[in-house]
Amino acid sequence: MRRRSAVKTLALAAGSTLVGRNLAQGAAPKRGVVDGGAVDTPAILVDTTRCLGCRMCERACAEANGLPEPPKSVEPGVVRDTSETQWTVVNRFETENGPVNVKRQCMHCLQPACASACLTKAMHKTAEGPVTWDPDKCMGCRFCMLSCPFDVPKFEYDSPNPRIMKCQMCWSRLEEGEVPACVQNCPAKAIVFGPRSEMLELGRERIYASPEKYVHQIYGEHEAGGTSLLYLASVPFEQLGFRTDLSTESYPALTTEFLYSVPLVDIALPVFLLGLAKAAKGRHEPESEVDR
Amino acid sequence: MSQSAIALRNSFQTLLDFGAFLRREMRPKGRILTPFNVITVAIMLVAVVVLVDRFAHGLGAVTNLSQEFPWGIWIAFDVITGVAFAGGAYVLCFMVYILGMEKYRPILRVTVLNGFLAYVFYSGALLLDLGRPWNVVNPIIGNSFGVSSVMFLVAWHFLLYTLMEFIEFSPAIAEWAGWKRLRVTLHGLTLGAVILGITLSSLHQSGLGALFLMARDKVHPLWYSEFIPIMFLISSVFAGLSMVIFEGSISHKVFHHRLGRDLKRRHSEIVLGLARICAGTLLVYVFLQVIVFVHGQRWAFMLTGWGSWYLVENVGFVLLPLVLFLAGIRLENTRVIGTAALLTLLGIVLNRLNISIIAFKWYAPVRYVPTWQEVVVTLAVISAELWVFRWIVNRMQVLDIAPLRSVKDSDVERLHASAA
Ligand code: SF4
Ligand code: SF4
Repeated sequence: MRRRSAVKTLALAAGSTLVGRNLAQGAAPKRGVVDGGAVDTPAILVDTTRCLGCRMCERACAEANGLPEPPKSVEPGVVRDTSETQWTVVNRFETENGPVNVKRQCMHCLQPACASACLTKAMHKTAEGPVTWDPDKCMGCRFCMLSCPFDVPKFEYDSPNPRIMKCQMCWSRLEEGEVPACVQNCPAKAIVFGPRSEMLELGRERIYASPEKYVHQIYGEHEAGGTSLLYLASVPFEQLGFRTDLSTESYPALTTEFLYSVPLVDIALPVFLLGLAKAAKGRHEPESEVDR
Repeated sequence: MSQSAIALRNSFQTLLDFGAFLRREMRPKGRILTPFNVITVAIMLVAVVVLVDRFAHGLGAVTNLSQEFPWGIWIAFDVITGVAFAGGAYVLCFMVYILGMEKYRPILRVTVLNGFLAYVFYSGALLLDLGRPWNVVNPIIGNSFGVSSVMFLVAWHFLLYTLMEFIEFSPAIAEWAGWKRLRVTLHGLTLGAVILGITLSSLHQSGLGALFLMARDKVHPLWYSEFIPIMFLISSVFAGLSMVIFEGSISHKVFHHRLGRDLKRRHSEIVLGLARICAGTLLVYVFLQVIVFVHGQRWAFMLTGWGSWYLVENVGFVLLPLVLFLAGIRLENTRVIGTAALLTLLGIVLNRLNISIIAFKWYAPVRYVPTWQEVVVTLAVISAELWVFRWIVNRMQVLDIAPLRSVKDSDVERLHASAA
């Protein structure tokens, strides 16, 4: 029940923000922090205190996306990274509060560095929220990998027809009104899917309800200008393998100045050079070359 | 009827003549079994085998690229460093065509040729690195414009600039082929091509630096700053001119028989002038580095190993060549200047590799080191470029100012008259 209404709200939210978002995407990225409430895309709240570490989501993800089955058992203490064959991984961290399980995948940034890096728009933030990859457009330059602050996109180096691999938030399932496979298959309800504003609210509610249980931060609320993956945890995030030194400004904003200056230079410099050439010509003796 | 038949036969004859001319010109000049030829051919043959492997089994088969290091030397050296080295063309065009510094005209053509070939071969090398090269047309034919992408802008400015360089060089081709009218037309395009070329250059040189702006948390803070684009632009000036000095000293020996009178006479005077500009721009660069250093509060890193490495780059390969340039100018010693140029070039290699490979993901436990295959392919690209360069220099009027005799005054007047 709740799920259906969430999807409806989402569709509404997506529709109402469509126009504005399209505008924003056509132009150079906007500077500054994105207000999570203003762009109400779908989001996923991961409550690491609830995660059992059963890795059901890993299996569900592989199944939904046609990826090889994840390893049956994993070595304790080894932090695995997502890879070209595994779009999401759950790692166990031993902390002062006991073991904490953390599911990682693409953060689906509100203003994704990968999409702004992509010169073919193969990497693309859809109006519905997920950041997706289009095999017919990508030329395999791997600039998205270089730019993503979370090092999420992975590349199939061992294939003559390589793809960029990363979580795409099950965009085709969303289109059919379903929730992402990992969310659906989590037995502990540690992963919740819904509009970002609601997810933020839910996160805050949980923190307020049991302040001694949570650190008072929702990772992803501001990181990299805000992401669609939001995290709750009982210990500081740097102990769970999260980068906490990231900018709260969106990453595409780092290139805004350069991108804005390009058309200016393209127009102004030739005019200036022409003037300079004319002025300089007067100062020099007539040139010897015939065809001037 | 018969007249058009004659015209047809004539043009057919012209075509045949040109074919014969081409065939004649295709033949190698000079000895074939030289050490240079033997070594470069061997390198290129090995590279072909490597590339077959690469396209059959993917990049992972021949490179050490990884999820941590998506860019290796095929990008960091071939493209990012190579483009800085090719910066001499736009700087010299600016000096000669815009500022009217006629003194440098004798080295203009060879520099433009070098720049053009560099771009053609580097973009070629870029295709080898692309995972899905068959989609490379997407951002070009417009079915997928990523206008908010720095890479998109760099690609377009790169492409158009290569075209401009071709136009700038094309009169030499027309002279060689004996197309007098075409030469006049092409020459008429030069100023326009130069102006656009300088604009496109300033943007793609800085754009290569801007590629790393979003890698803010991956490049070591001693190398990252928001000023990377400007630093790349300024360093492309002294990098490009140092390359001109360096190449000049080599082609002086290798292509002595092809040197024009003007170039022989004025060579050291030209080198001195170039050294002055190198020193000036190096000074600006150092000044900027100091500002960025203070602004970025970089002294915090100076006591680490990275701090020493930073000093190696900026003292050994920026300050030292600056001092040598100044000394060379004072002593009017082209040998000292040549050393300074060489050090500057090495400094550029260091700087570009630091940003894109060495100090990139400086915290990563596993480093990227190129495989021998990556090195061989890089050497093969350079070899192929040198072959084409030699072929052209041995045939076209490159190492001198454009010859006056190739176009007669009367030709030009006639053309102007017909245009009016
Ligand atoms: S986490 Fe990386 S790959 Fe995912 S949306 Fe953000 S920038 Fe793109
Ligand atoms: S590798 Fe593909 S998706 Fe990534 S930036 Fe390049 S073209 Fe875009």
